[in-house]
Amino acid sequence: MHGKALPYLLLMPATLFLCVFFLYPFALVAFEAFTRDGGFTLDNFRTMTGNWKFPVAFWNTILLAAIVVPIQLVMALLMATVVSRLETGRGAALYIFAIPLGISDLAAGLIWLAIFDQSGFLNTLLSNLGLVDRPVMFLGYQSKLTIFVAVVLAEIWRATAIMMVILVAGIGLIPREYHEAAEVFGASPWKRFVKITLPLLRPSLQTAIILRVILAFEVFAVVAALGGTNFPVLMGETYNWQFSLQDRNVAAAFALLILAISVGLTLFFLRVLRVPKEARI
Amino acid sequence: MAEIAIKQVAKRFGGFTALHSIDLTIADQEFMVLLGASGCGKTTLLRIVAGLETPSQGEVWIGGRRVDHLPPRDRGIAMVFQNYAVFPHLTVFENIAFGLRMKKLPQQEVERRVTRTAELMHIEQLLKRYSGQLSGGQRQRVAVARALAMEPDVILMDEPLSNLDALLRLEMRAELKGVLAASKTTTIYVTHDQVEAMSLADRIAVMHQGRIVQAASPVEVYRNPAARFVGSFIGNPPMNCIPATKTGNGSWTVAGLTLPGPKSDKHRIEFAIRPEDVDAGDEGLHATVRVVEPLGPHTLVTCDVEGGLFRAILESSAAIAVGDHLRLAPKADRIRWFDPETTNAL
Repeated sequence: MHGKALPYLLLMPATLFLCVFFLYPFALVAFEAFTRDGGFTLDNFRTMTGNWKFPVAFWNTILLAAIVVPIQLVMALLMATVVSRLETGRGAALYIFAIPLGISDLAAGLIWLAIFDQSGFLNTLLSNLGLVDRPVMFLGYQSKLTIFVAVVLAEIWRATAIMMVILVAGIGLIPREYHEAAEVFGASPWKRFVKITLPLLRPSLQTAIILRVILAFEVFAVVAALGGTNFPVLMGETYNWQFSLQDRNVAAAFALLILAISVGLTLFFLRVLRVPKEARI
Repeated sequence: MAEIAIKQVAKRFGGFTALHSIDLTIADQEFMVLLGASGCGKTTLLRIVAGLETPSQGEVWIGGRRVDHLPPRDRGIAMVFQNYAVFPHLTVFENIAFGLRMKKLPQQEVERRVTRTAELMHIEQLLKRYSGQLSGGQRQRVAVARALAMEPDVILMDEPLSNLDALLRLEMRAELKGVLAASKTTTIYVTHDQVEAMSLADRIAVMHQGRIVQAASPVEVYRNPAARFVGSFIGNPPMNCIPATKTGNGSWTVAGLTLPGPKSDKHRIEFAIRPEDVDAGDEGLHATVRVVEPLGPHTLVTCDVEGGLFRAILESSAAIAVGDHLRLAPKADRIRWFDPETTNAL
């Protein structure tokens, strides 16, 4: 049991686990996406893109990610900066900010549904204040914009903290002397943030953005709760094809498309936010 | 002209008093070293002058202007940090240029100053590199160049050499002294290394438990310590202190030797002498040799005097063996006396 074989033997259980529970299902999905009735084909992808809902779902997902992630990034930076500056109550603030993380995305969607619903909190509030005569249909099929806004709000509320936690850890890694040196050498608080904190935070920003972007393209339960079928997204369509339309091959094609987008964007951010080895802390 | 005046500056952290009402004036172009063991408050005092720490009370004046309410960038200072704080994401050039860019100086002037200070610190071939590609000594040079490029009135240095190895420290010490003297800035330099302090300073402020015990020239601090702490902290081996008993008005007996000393009401005071200020002879303090360490130019002899340790630096030609009884004659003009209660010089 000694010598060269040992490290590989120790890696074996984890490798087996990955192969059985990740690689095998992935291969299966990929196989299904490119076959129909036993033969290789691209028909599944044609069916996918040919469906009238596809462009809507595709652009909804992109738009959602493009709006939610930047807002979350700015908010997470702000929250992380505030938390890092706190001298007392840091733990408590971090904990409170992170509470939404402990709630499943479907539950989060339902909480916001309880707010925006026809008999929800918002309508009750508005009618009690005498601002509306009868309940407003915020999430009806005609009000795509309010559904979109509601989803954006719910997503921001639910998933900003994950970025914040990563950024708080990252800010903690920057030695205080850099900020002090910048301060002595004439940088205002804003300049210090832009010239010192942001560049030195790049590794953490990279992690936070990649993680958040991948999650943004997998958005499903919040949208399902708030928009139902009125607001199609890619993951929702995957679910739809798999369970309602009973076509697992097209569902697999959707899954592969989401994977491709995630991988593509991950590579993009890895490259754009790369820190050269010599310029690391 | 940039005289620094520290007026009754105190700093408390919660219930702990780091600085007790410090008064210190540093003349224009003077090289002042704050010397003391860790935790004595020297770095806190420097950071208060820099503006990185707010004093609990007192005033700081630089060049005739009260600055304690100003942010660091408005104080006309530059600083060299203990861990250099060379920004890892910027090249050496941009590091040195950082403060100049914040001042929005024209590109031409930035280039001129960066080139000039880089040449001064012998790092002109490193300008395109990043901090991660530099050795500790090179980073140190970048940190000093960055401070010099600001052409500040005041340079503050927080243990700048403590992270360098011994040989490099020696080299940088001499170089710093030359460069800073030429730059004609007022310098405050914090260190716990007494040799560094002695070799660099125009004046040393010895700090102990949040107070300045003595602020004087290196020779004065060494020869005439204002308190027992200064005598034992500065000098290696430290000053010898042994009890003296009163035998008359202004006459004291020390280890079998009667000496003229200060007039005092006290019955017992302390006699102090530097190890190199005694000679072995026929008369003097009664001493029993415990350890003999020949060091080449001289011999370090550790003895028992009045039941306490006493170190003497004697000529290496003297044939001394463990167990010998010696008479150590103190040089009359080098004897100092301390009050045993206040520990201050008499």
